[in-house]
Amino acid sequence: MKRFLTVVSALALSLPVSAWANDTLTIGIQLEPPHLDPTSAAAGAIDDVTYANIFEGLTRFTEDGSVIPSLAESWDISKDGLTYTFKLHDGVKFHDGTTMDAEDVKFSLDRARGEDSTNAQKGLFAGIAEVNVLDPRTVEVKLSETDGNFLFNMAWGDAAIVAPESIENIKIKPVGTGAFKFDKWVQGDRVELVRNEDYWGQPADLRSATFKFISDPTAAFSAMMAGDLDAFSAFPAPENLIQFEADDRFKVVIGSTEGETILSTNNKLPPFDNVKVRKALAHAINRQEIIDGAQFGYGTPIGAHLAPHHAAYVDLTGNSQYDPELAKSLLKEAGVEEGVTVSLKLPPPSYARRGGEIIAAQLRAVGINAEISNLEWAQWLEQVFRGKDYNLTIVSHTEPMDIGIYANPDYYFQYDNADFQALIKELRGTTDPEKRNDLLKQAQTIISEDYVNGYLFQLPRLSVAKKEVEGLWANAPTQAVDLTGVRWAQ
Amino acid sequence: MNRSRLNWSLLIGALLVSIFAVAAVISLFWTPYDVTGMNISARLKVPGDGYFLGTDHFGRDLLSMIMAGAQTSIAVAVIAVGIGMGLGVPLGLAAAGSRGWLDEVIMRGNDLAFAFPALVIAILITAVFGASAVNAIIAIGIFNIPVFARLTRGAALSLWSREFILAARVAGKGAARISVEHILPNIANLLIVQGTIQFSLGILAEAGLSYVGLGAQPPTPSWGRMLADSQTLVGLAPHLALVPGLAIILTVLGLNLLGDGLRDLLDPKLRMVRR
Amino acid sequence: MISYLTKRLASLFASLLVASIVIFTVIEVIPGDPAAYMLGMNARADTIAALRSELGLDGGVLERYLAWVGGMLVGDFGTSYTYRTPVADMIADRLWISLPLALYALCLTIVIAIPTGVFAASRRGQAGDYGIVGATQIGVAIPNFWFAMILILIFAIQLRWFSAGGFPGWEKGFWLSVKALTLPAIALALPQAAILTRVMRSSLIEVLGEDFMRTARAKGLTSWQTILHHGLRNALIPVLTIIGLQFAFLLAGGIIIEQVFALPGLGRLVFQSISQRDLIVVESVVMLLVFAVIMTNFLVDLAYAVVDPRLRVAR
Repeated sequence: MKRFLTVVSALALSLPVSAWANDTLTIGIQLEPPHLDPTSAAAGAIDDVTYANIFEGLTRFTEDGSVIPSLAESWDISKDGLTYTFKLHDGVKFHDGTTMDAEDVKFSLDRARGEDSTNAQKGLFAGIAEVNVLDPRTVEVKLSETDGNFLFNMAWGDAAIVAPESIENIKIKPVGTGAFKFDKWVQGDRVELVRNEDYWGQPADLRSATFKFISDPTAAFSAMMAGDLDAFSAFPAPENLIQFEADDRFKVVIGSTEGETILSTNNKLPPFDNVKVRKALAHAINRQEIIDGAQFGYGTPIGAHLAPHHAAYVDLTGNSQYDPELAKSLLKEAGVEEGVTVSLKLPPPSYARRGGEIIAAQLRAVGINAEISNLEWAQWLEQVFRGKDYNLTIVSHTEPMDIGIYANPDYYFQYDNADFQALIKELRGTTDPEKRNDLLKQAQTIISEDYVNGYLFQLPRLSVAKKEVEGLWANAPTQAVDLTGVRWAQ
Repeated sequence: MNRSRLNWSLLIGALLVSIFAVAAVISLFWTPYDVTGMNISARLKVPGDGYFLGTDHFGRDLLSMIMAGAQTSIAVAVIAVGIGMGLGVPLGLAAAGSRGWLDEVIMRGNDLAFAFPALVIAILITAVFGASAVNAIIAIGIFNIPVFARLTRGAALSLWSREFILAARVAGKGAARISVEHILPNIANLLIVQGTIQFSLGILAEAGLSYVGLGAQPPTPSWGRMLADSQTLVGLAPHLALVPGLAIILTVLGLNLLGDGLRDLLDPKLRMVRR
Repeated sequence: MISYLTKRLASLFASLLVASIVIFTVIEVIPGDPAAYMLGMNARADTIAALRSELGLDGGVLERYLAWVGGMLVGDFGTSYTYRTPVADMIADRLWISLPLALYALCLTIVIAIPTGVFAASRRGQAGDYGIVGATQIGVAIPNFWFAMILILIFAIQLRWFSAGGFPGWEKGFWLSVKALTLPAIALALPQAAILTRVMRSSLIEVLGEDFMRTARAKGLTSWQTILHHGLRNALIPVLTIIGLQFAFLLAGGIIIEQVFALPGLGRLVFQSISQRDLIVVESVVMLLVFAVIMTNFLVDLAYAVVDPRLRVAR
């Protein structure tokens, strides 16, 4: 009898453990995607769910930001650098069972660069002159001019390969080639994926995965604490990480992003059309206080517009050390009146809202009155980004390697420097990595010394997961939550 | 109902309201610390410890913020009630004085205004004009108009059939003049009592709007925004949510008690009807 | 009665028409282009133009208004700009949370308020009455979103009895869903219960003061019997009116609470749609909420007219 009881209790004990079979994962992300077509909207949440999981491109990013083959197993580049010939993997099938071949690649690229394309990154495809199908597994892409970034461009989620057969319903029923298949979307709550059993590459460890959308940081916090979620990618409230760190059920994963968080400045509007005033602005800002106050210490100070983990990075924070007295005397030299009022327009993320309040307080200390208005993204795009009706704003530029935006005088910074524009032009035509890094270093120095914007910090990627979850990306070289390599530790 | 309890209502109500009113006035020229002054190294301090009510996530003094926040809350609510009275009372008087189609139009318009979900409209208003204290006032004020219009009309209608009004009519006074000279003074008490109630609802509404980020913009302190800021920190520092919450509750409670007390003082007949 | 009904119906339709015009106009002037929002910072002007025409944002104002109203009449609320799914489906999905939440909160409100109000009225002027009246004063003064935060702090973060937000979905189990709606329903119900308790109390006190109640007592019925059999029935009429109003309020008023608890209901749909400039969704949801309130008022008026023939001529 006693033995029987032991067996029963052992069974009872083991039951919940085996029922908690470790081949599913529920992961939280903050924003819900508006739809699931990465090739026709900018919303990062679409890529969170679909990148590498559902959709794949010719190439792809790895966790450290390097570009490796994906649907294209190899490629040849012609001597003049204008023709790329991609050899596609054999036996790749879309989730609806149709075959992925060169026609699909041609369709996808032509669709993205076409007249009525709604691709948010249409610029990635601007260099393509024509796409030719050589045979079902070979496709040739001709460029109009050499582009050192072409393979990099093809790794973006916006360059995913889609099929004409399933394009009509792609927004609500995405059909890709990835290691997971779309299963179900409960709007306002979650998207469920299941493993693609016919995957052409290394199959996923997880049998199924659920993306849960929790925009409210408190709800996200308690959902993790309650064990409802196995992980949360890009946790929205850095202040809560202290509590996760103290709890031995969880691990906090701190990685890098491509997000240079900057105090964007309108270089055409007074008073910041004067480089002296911009320099004063830079010295009035105490970066560490912003990182501590807005990010609870999570963030790396930057002095220009390039990610610190990049090989071409130069530390230029010395150009803009915190020195309120210097700032005051520079303002006086430039003839700016004490108490001058400027607008500070802030988009929704907490780094912007909190950082803005701190910066306003710091500017007040040197006699600049920054008037805060909190905007939604739609208003921000309209007023600040497109309307250029602002003095200052805070935003994280999360596109990788985007220092080229400073060469566009119509960009919302309105920075117009012919030397810099020439430098970027040279960079575009350069393919030698050594030479490129050198040019990138010069570029950083120019914008740092021109004090184009206030450079604050590199946005970290802060994720939380249960201790046993392995293989989650720490870094965010692109917007993605790649689950193909995620598994539970035994 | 005995008199003593009623006086208690008035007394406690007046006391609570004046505490916050006085705090608001004092904050105009003095607060313990600079309201907007940050001290990141002294953040999230618990009450006591050099700061009477503790500090927030930027190291700002909560007591100073509560005092200055009272100013925002009271100003927004008072002006919103002013808008409601200023437009609602004349509309109600006109409706009662004219009857007929004008009455119908005004009252249907009123029903319509009641039918709109107030918060959703407030959100739409701020989406159009941007978030600010002024737009919060407008959004709250608009919904005070039908309240006062309906109340005024109802009370005025019952007066119109009274003899002293008939006498005034016989004397040749027009409807507009009668409304101003005879009706208005007789419903003033009612309006004051309702005004107090709308005042308290205005404080709640301002807190709600600021909480969702549609009220006064930083660095202007606001109780609702203090609550919103505290949301993710509530586990670390519960006082960040408790302090502004209690400020709101005590002010609204004070105003409601004051309204009850005033009603009993001004018009004992009205004692029953109140929800 | 017929002429009253015709008149009332005409004014109902006029109200709805005016409401639709007001809503459409407000939405029309909201700044921010949905297409630009969806395509983000790197979008090119030609891409935005292409998306605008795809979304059908090119037509004239009158044309779009008529299409919207005409569509609603046959149950077609249009297609969401961002989600690209029929708005009617989205609203239906969200109603499955907002409606049960409102009903749950209403049930709690009634269950708390009626007995408390009756008790207070029966103990009028005694300690119990003072205690309840005082409690309702505080209840009315508590902002429901603050109460929600405190509930989360205590029951979700400290005690971990409930999760602090989210909704599992009805298909995951009835009780699980009810549990997820419990804290939000309590947060919504408490201030409403305070209001209803006061109405119940004063209404009953009023009825108890009337002549027929004294007669009933004179007939020898004991105090509790009188209250339950005669008083309550008569006192419930104003209470029912308030309950009707509260239901309409709860349906729209859950908007902040849904935000606090991350519930995918109608309120959150409105919030999200406004920030994404998914204006067609905003229009339709606001119209639906207005419709609900106008219909509730209409039905309440009608019910009164049936009960009390004098009212049929009054307006």
